[in-house]
Amino acid sequence: MTRISAALAAVLLASTAVPALAATPRDALVIAATIDDITSLDPAEIFEFSGGDVANNVYDTLLSIDPKALDKGYVPGIAESWSVSADGLTYTFKIRQNLKFHSGNPITADDVVFSLARAVKLNKTPAFILNQFGLTKDTVDQKVRKTGTHEVVMTIDKAFAPSMVLNCMTATLTSVVDMKVAMANQKDGDFGYEYLKTRSAASGQYRLVNWKASDGYTLERVDGNWQGDATLKRVIVRHVPETASQRLLLTKGDVDIARDLSPDDVDAVKKDPNLKVEDDLKGRITYFSANQKHPILSKPGVVEAMKYLVDYDGLRATILRGRAVVHQAFEPRTFLGAIDDAPYRLDVEKAKDLLTKAGYPNGFNIQMDVRSGYPTTEMAQSIQSTFARAGIKMEIIPGDGRQTLTKYRARTHDLYIGAWGPDYPDPHTNADTFARNPTNNADDAKGTGYLTWRNAWAIPQMTVQTDAAVMEKDNGKRAQMYGDIQREHQRTSPFVIIYQQLVQTGMRKNVQGFHSGGPVSSAYYWTVKK
Amino acid sequence: MTQTTVTAATGSSRFPSRYVWAVLKVVGTVLLTFLGLLLITFLIGRVVPVDPVLSAVGDRASHDTYEQARRELGLHLPLWEQFLNYVLQVLKGELGKSVLTANTVVDDIKRVFPATLELATTATFLGVAFGVPMGVVAAVNQGRWPDQVVRLLGLFGYSMPVFWLGLMGLLLFYGILDVAAAPGRVDFANLDVVETITGLIVVDAAIQGEWEVFFDALHHLVLPASVLGYFSLAYISRMTRSFMLEQLRQEYVTTARVKGLSETRVIWRHALGNVMVPLITVIALSYANLLEGSVLTETVFAWPGLGLYLTNSLLAADMNAVLGATLVVGTIFIGINLLSDLLYRLVDPRAK
Repeated sequence: MTRISAALAAVLLASTAVPALAATPRDALVIAATIDDITSLDPAEIFEFSGGDVANNVYDTLLSIDPKALDKGYVPGIAESWSVSADGLTYTFKIRQNLKFHSGNPITADDVVFSLARAVKLNKTPAFILNQFGLTKDTVDQKVRKTGTHEVVMTIDKAFAPSMVLNCMTATLTSVVDMKVAMANQKDGDFGYEYLKTRSAASGQYRLVNWKASDGYTLERVDGNWQGDATLKRVIVRHVPETASQRLLLTKGDVDIARDLSPDDVDAVKKDPNLKVEDDLKGRITYFSANQKHPILSKPGVVEAMKYLVDYDGLRATILRGRAVVHQAFEPRTFLGAIDDAPYRLDVEKAKDLLTKAGYPNGFNIQMDVRSGYPTTEMAQSIQSTFARAGIKMEIIPGDGRQTLTKYRARTHDLYIGAWGPDYPDPHTNADTFARNPTNNADDAKGTGYLTWRNAWAIPQMTVQTDAAVMEKDNGKRAQMYGDIQREHQRTSPFVIIYQQLVQTGMRKNVQGFHSGGPVSSAYYWTVKK
Repeated sequence: MTQTTVTAATGSSRFPSRYVWAVLKVVGTVLLTFLGLLLITFLIGRVVPVDPVLSAVGDRASHDTYEQARRELGLHLPLWEQFLNYVLQVLKGELGKSVLTANTVVDDIKRVFPATLELATTATFLGVAFGVPMGVVAAVNQGRWPDQVVRLLGLFGYSMPVFWLGLMGLLLFYGILDVAAAPGRVDFANLDVVETITGLIVVDAAIQGEWEVFFDALHHLVLPASVLGYFSLAYISRMTRSFMLEQLRQEYVTTARVKGLSETRVIWRHALGNVMVPLITVIALSYANLLEGSVLTETVFAWPGLGLYLTNSLLAADMNAVLGATLVVGTIFIGINLLSDLLYRLVDPRAK
């Protein structure tokens, strides 16, 4: 036994004598991040943040977003120009000449038509982005057509605001897929879906080398992209679930970028002369909402009182520690029509008044479903303590994310605290769910896609206003309409919107040009230099 | 199987028949255990208040997409039919597809299990190599300082959260002293260098003669395996100590000493020889526990193993993955039990 121990000790010593790499390779970008949300890399299915980052560097979309001017909205992509018919129903896209996929196949109108039709027919989660224009399984073949080797015409069913339609054409699901490669790997009429879940058939600055779920992925540079080539040859993204481990990797120089640092980690990284932290506003909005089926929560004045019982500034400063901006409207900042009115602040006396008028001078008992984990739990605890100051005794019901969500979607919650991120860079994405309820508001209407329905909030009038805003052709007027809806929403809705997310990315000092994509896009690796 | 039974029934001597019956009994028990395991896991998966379709399509899917996914997952069928379909599928050697990883569960397990196997085996090896001698030394020196040291180390190992210990280990040995490797199974430069044969990077690298990767993988293995090994060491040394104390009080030990046998021989040969049977059970159980995967260690060390896989799948109600992983864990326990039964026969003279 002793001999074995000695031999073992010798082997272990020998292995520790190998020096650890002090820095990442010069021509590679190494990132530590939490990426176990990736469940598929088919652009017709990608809908989570980490998958979007892959697609943003591997695929080219029909229209694009300029990483250096995110506020500008849509810019030319695979389509170099477009025109809209006078009735607002027909869009003609001119496809760039002489573009090639990674396979060497040329990009033509056929690939664009195939990609859009494929996204609709596969009917995965993001398909609704195209469904809303009347492009369905049955109609897409007639409505999206090739009219030349490099020209595609798309007909939609209602005269939506062109900005809305064109903004949607920057979404991941408009990624142009190499038709020949996809169809060569088709199985049971799946348009190559099983194949593309874990591979790429694309034309972006990088090619997907491999993806291992909950482990990591590797991208490799392909030269000749119309937007310019990437500087770094390889991008290696590793799944590192523990934030403290991410920070250690960054400090030691084993990664260039750490994307999920906790506030403590950020403080430490800021003090390190070799590292830096970059702040970037994202589109995610955190709120809590009150189920209007609840007899107390539906009383006028009760939710309003709750809006005065949140310590907005305190939450931002203590719990979120700089990772948020106070934001009380449903459109994220930088979106068309976003407003920064913040009419609510912690005011216990005002809340007490409102509760007394509503018939609850001594408060009441209520439950809140809370997804366990930072910062949701801490926020709920803060809200619990400020509620108590006006006599509202709130019980926190902790649960796993999917568990609380299942309850929320079944409308069996009292209060629910959660977050919502925009699905595409247009104001309609959030207005559609926060300020529109086209159902009859009954339990069996199954309007789970509408947060209004989930909270049983019937708003025929506001639904009409939101429907009008999405059809408005004049951008200035359109912005004004969303502003009005949000002000009304702030006053009357059962949603208490608290903040908009700010991400803090830790990186080595020599890393330049990394964009996390802001509220409208995903991360850009191909712009990074070091 | 049928042929064996026929032979057994028509066999001339009674021995093969009895032998076949014994094997059949074991096989039957194992199959029933598996079926029970599957049924219970399956039912738990259906009772958990999580909607499995949500994991597949996310929160934003339209009603139409949601329904399509529900049908694809077979969740529109009655429970008994879902279970029957699953069992039939397992009999064909398929475990279905995981919703979370887009792979077949068999492929996923082929990928995550070797990572855990590598870690658990090294950890157990460390635990035994250090734990057993420490337990013996403590027992021999009962009440003196070596005993106190071993007991203190054991207590520490028992009471420290593995998560904290892992992070502190990383901070000290990787962050400050720079002797351990970064989290992960190999350095980024060595990713995908060796071809996957067994899935154990150390073994695959050795087979292919990639010695740089071999030492790198070993380097990465040392710290997480030591952290896990420390826990099994704590347990094994305590158990060894108490087994040894009992043996050292026995008359045969006194007799051996009176006969003039050397102390080394008395302790390491006679006394330790007699505690081997219970010790094997202890080691086997501790090994089986580690093979289930350790979620926290795997999280801290970014080690894509079975524990992390099972936990993620469970939280997402990804039932194919959960059932597949449970089957693996069940097989491990049954396999290790059978193995320790066999080992008894080797070390226990009475069983011979």
